[in-house]
Amino acid sequence: MIGNILIFIPLIGFLALLSPTFRSNARRYALFFVGIEFLVALMAYALNYSDNNSILLKVDYTWINAINAHWHLHVTGVSLSLALLNAIVFLLIYLSVDASQYGEKAYLFYSLGLLMQMAMMGVFLTKDAFSFYIFWELSLIPIYLIGLLWGETGKEKITLKFFLYTFIGSLFMLAGFIYLYHHTALLNENGQKSWDILSFYQAGKLLTPAQQTVVFWFLFLGFAVKIPIFPFHSWQPDTYTNMPVQGTMMLSGLMLKMGLYGLLFWLMPVVPEAVESWRGLTILMAVSGVIYGSLAALVQTDFKRLLAYASMAHVGLISAGILSGTRQAYDGAAMQMFAHGIYVTGLFYVVHLFEKHTGTRNIYQLGGIRNLNGQFSNLFLIILLGSIALPLTHGFIGEFLILVGLAKYQLVWAAIAGLSVILGAVYMLRAYQKMMLGDVVKTNYSFGALEAKDKWGLFLVVFFILLLGIYPQALNYFTSLNISEILK
Amino acid sequence: MAYILLGIVLLPLLGSIINGLLGKKLSKSNVATIASGSIGLSFVLSIIAFIQLQSAENRVINVDYYKWVVSGMLDVPMGFWLDSLSSLYILVITGVGFLIHVYSIGYMHEDDGFSRYFSYLNLFVFFMLMLVLGNSYVTMFVGWEGVGLCSYLLIGFWFKNHAYNDAAKKAFIMNRIGDLGFILGMALLFITYGSLNYADLNKPGAITYTSATTAIALLLFLGATGKSAQIPLYTWLPDAMAGPTPVSALIHAATMVTAGIYMVVRSNAIYSLSETASLVVGIVGGVTALWAAIIATLQFDIKKILAYSTVSQLGLMFLGLGANAYSSSVFHVITHAFFKALLFLGAGSVIHAMGGEQDIRKMGGLSKKIPTTYLTMLIATIAISGIPPFSGFFSKDEILAHVYEYNKGLWALGVIASMLTAFYMFRMLFLTFWGYFRGGSELYKHLHESPSVMTIPLMILAVLSVIGGLLGLPELIGAKNWIGHYLDNVILIKTYLGLSHSIEWMLMGIAVAGAVASIYFAYQLFVINGVLPVEDEAELKWWQKIIYHKFYVDELYDFIIRRPIDFLGKVVDRFFEKMVFNGINDSISSITLFLGEWIRKIHIGNIAYYIMAMTISIIVILSMIK
Repeated sequence: MIGNILIFIPLIGFLALLSPTFRSNARRYALFFVGIEFLVALMAYALNYSDNNSILLKVDYTWINAINAHWHLHVTGVSLSLALLNAIVFLLIYLSVDASQYGEKAYLFYSLGLLMQMAMMGVFLTKDAFSFYIFWELSLIPIYLIGLLWGETGKEKITLKFFLYTFIGSLFMLAGFIYLYHHTALLNENGQKSWDILSFYQAGKLLTPAQQTVVFWFLFLGFAVKIPIFPFHSWQPDTYTNMPVQGTMMLSGLMLKMGLYGLLFWLMPVVPEAVESWRGLTILMAVSGVIYGSLAALVQTDFKRLLAYASMAHVGLISAGILSGTRQAYDGAAMQMFAHGIYVTGLFYVVHLFEKHTGTRNIYQLGGIRNLNGQFSNLFLIILLGSIALPLTHGFIGEFLILVGLAKYQLVWAAIAGLSVILGAVYMLRAYQKMMLGDVVKTNYSFGALEAKDKWGLFLVVFFILLLGIYPQALNYFTSLNISEILK
Repeated sequence: MAYILLGIVLLPLLGSIINGLLGKKLSKSNVATIASGSIGLSFVLSIIAFIQLQSAENRVINVDYYKWVVSGMLDVPMGFWLDSLSSLYILVITGVGFLIHVYSIGYMHEDDGFSRYFSYLNLFVFFMLMLVLGNSYVTMFVGWEGVGLCSYLLIGFWFKNHAYNDAAKKAFIMNRIGDLGFILGMALLFITYGSLNYADLNKPGAITYTSATTAIALLLFLGATGKSAQIPLYTWLPDAMAGPTPVSALIHAATMVTAGIYMVVRSNAIYSLSETASLVVGIVGGVTALWAAIIATLQFDIKKILAYSTVSQLGLMFLGLGANAYSSSVFHVITHAFFKALLFLGAGSVIHAMGGEQDIRKMGGLSKKIPTTYLTMLIATIAISGIPPFSGFFSKDEILAHVYEYNKGLWALGVIASMLTAFYMFRMLFLTFWGYFRGGSELYKHLHESPSVMTIPLMILAVLSVIGGLLGLPELIGAKNWIGHYLDNVILIKTYLGLSHSIEWMLMGIAVAGAVASIYFAYQLFVINGVLPVEDEAELKWWQKIIYHKFYVDELYDFIIRRPIDFLGKVVDRFFEKMVFNGINDSISSITLFLGEWIRKIHIGNIAYYIMAMTISIIVILSMIK
């Protein structure tokens, strides 16, 4: 029930904003839709509090009879947490858009954003592989168009690279799903096939090790490109840098969570034996990404690009945790997905504010902004500390649990991946010092008071960072129940 | 009790939040009242908690407030643990903290960032209390990184100066290196012993020797070398003197830097079980004590001298921990908090009088102009030099006696470091306060004693520096060694002082004789012969230059760590990213160029078209499945 509402609100918004009646006041209506979506997500959260098995949280009926595809949504556990994240991040994204930013075609931007939100909501909520794939691919279209329409110079080539890369990855994933779908026939006497996630869990275990390996790599490729896991990352830095900043927020705050979510729920429990035998290699890939991204971040001059590499390092750590398959790392990953979504959106919001107020985001052209706007520097600092996982921020809980889980697998991987604890502090504090501290650099910029909406946007980010750092059980309680289920 | 402990911790946080959010609208006196008042109240509550603890069962009070980090077997609450050890620490933190807050009112009075300063300082006290009161390693880590953050904020308090910002960043990053060790140590501790909560780990038999014990101890100790500025992670502390002087007194002398000692004492069962780890702690402590003391003898900046002195004294405490003399090291933490805070605040008063000048070559003869500062600093200098019956003598002597029993080579390191301490401290005292003034007549007229808001804390600390030894008078002279007995229930595996009385008297004699001889040597050199430090670095002898330049360790780290890492970053960025991966992409794209031409034709930017294409693809897929 509530799952349907969560998917249909942005869908209605998407269609409504395309119609000429809503175009002139697109911003207001867009905020209305993401606002309502946010409230509904909060309701779903409250419902989980009273009864996480409530009938209101579930929808399940046959959708396409011919292939036994179901419309099966369940708003609980990690799905709930990511649905909430989706709602919060879109609220932040639309808050961050400035009145004149997308010009006359603003309605199109808002409309495409809502389509994206709807598609990702579907990915996070559905328990059926067929609709999972549909939503998965559907989400690519709006973000591709956003990049193509409003990206920076060179956007055609970069967005095409992005599109082809992730699209090809998804095709592998689809092939893996179809393969599994055919094997679900073995599960019952009448040979009824199913796309249901639980059938996949059962069918996967029936496969021979060789078959599991094929499925494993097909699905892994699809997810690894999206996250991205090294060495499938090469679309990411360019795309993150080139997108309009709100597009980057969608990609880093939400879209990559599709990959992590897929890894955690659509791969790990499906082919456990293959996971076991490829664990060493895949963790090596993920941890390489942690170090690679951190090192690259050290030498960037464009703050947006620095964040792209930093994000690569952070999601590498989450991936490594998931691949280790330990309880603590799973719980940590579930929390870190949410935490990363919030702080990375906050950081790109900060990038947006730099561009808006100073016209540049080059670290070496900025300086001394603390002298001009103390409030902004404090908010930025808290978000930054969240990103480097200082205790009492949400980032710490996730990162700590992931490292514990990774150490449980092998201490040395935790030690190597943990180097990001140090390197993260180096590149973030270096950038902060260059941009915010010291004397005002003698260029022709000013950095006046923040617009009220931007202030509230950053407050919201800081609020969630601290709330869930101080009281993580608010989310962890639900996600850990969910994790217990897949670990059974 | 749950509320009292909550009050102790949250009052400083409240003060910090109020001053942080509203500080600019409040008057300076209101800001000062809120900041000092919150710490003062916290101190009063700490005394109440201390008294109530004495009648608690097993002298432990454990309060859980709510579930915090929960995952499978790992179940870490947000809660506090008050026992003998933390009860002493909270008294020192809030007590000395209160005095330093009061002193700061005078010291920072003219600063534009007055309310920001107090907001940070209160926040520091909050995190420091979290560190010692948290009832698990993870809650300790909250404080551990939190104080690191406040240290970062306060070292770089004058943020317009990039040299200060660099120092702040360096402190944070070096601490983070240690923190990674702490995190991995916690992970291994949890994996090995199944919990991170003191309540579980303190159960009898919870900690036994396994193959991981030494690794846990060493990883945690890496954390301690960062926070407590030991080799190899000590170089941030001297640079940290960039912050306002009261900050150095509170954070970089009395409290934060002793967190490493707290952590080792908290983990004493693990260290006692691992001889290797104990030996490493002892060697690192002993070598650091001597190393830093040597550097201190040739520094000219009054705060730098005190900074190296702190590193050296912390080394002495770790030397004691290596000998498993836990209560003796805690004893020295407390006496050191008194006299080192006093020395820093005194130095602050000197700098205040000198209008910001910190170079002792420009001082001299100040005793007549700022007599209160002089007398209180004299007391602290005697105390740190180990002259009986001042406080430092008893605590240092107790450590050295245990170390003698443990390892005579390490004992020798400790004794030499102590003699050097007496030397460089009196060198500083003589050059600052004795002789004639070298700072020019303009400045001479300007010299003035600090206001009483600054001198009264000095006097209180001076009294404590004199009588602090009462906490642990040795049994040798028929006293009870109160602190040793008080901490008994925290130390899970006991070590007893098994020396004969005659050897103890001998050790004491050697220590005192060494200190007196060093002071006399300093007196000969700087007072009788009137030797002055050279103005020009070129006049230094080659070995003096090496010491003056702190053995070039900063340069070495720069060369073997920072540059290679930046170089690797460039290799990743310029070679792998721009050439390898872009190269692969480009060759793929040239293959698909022809495909691209075709795609371009259908790129007409019409949404309906894309959705239709999507639908068609889906149908195609469906038909394939069928």
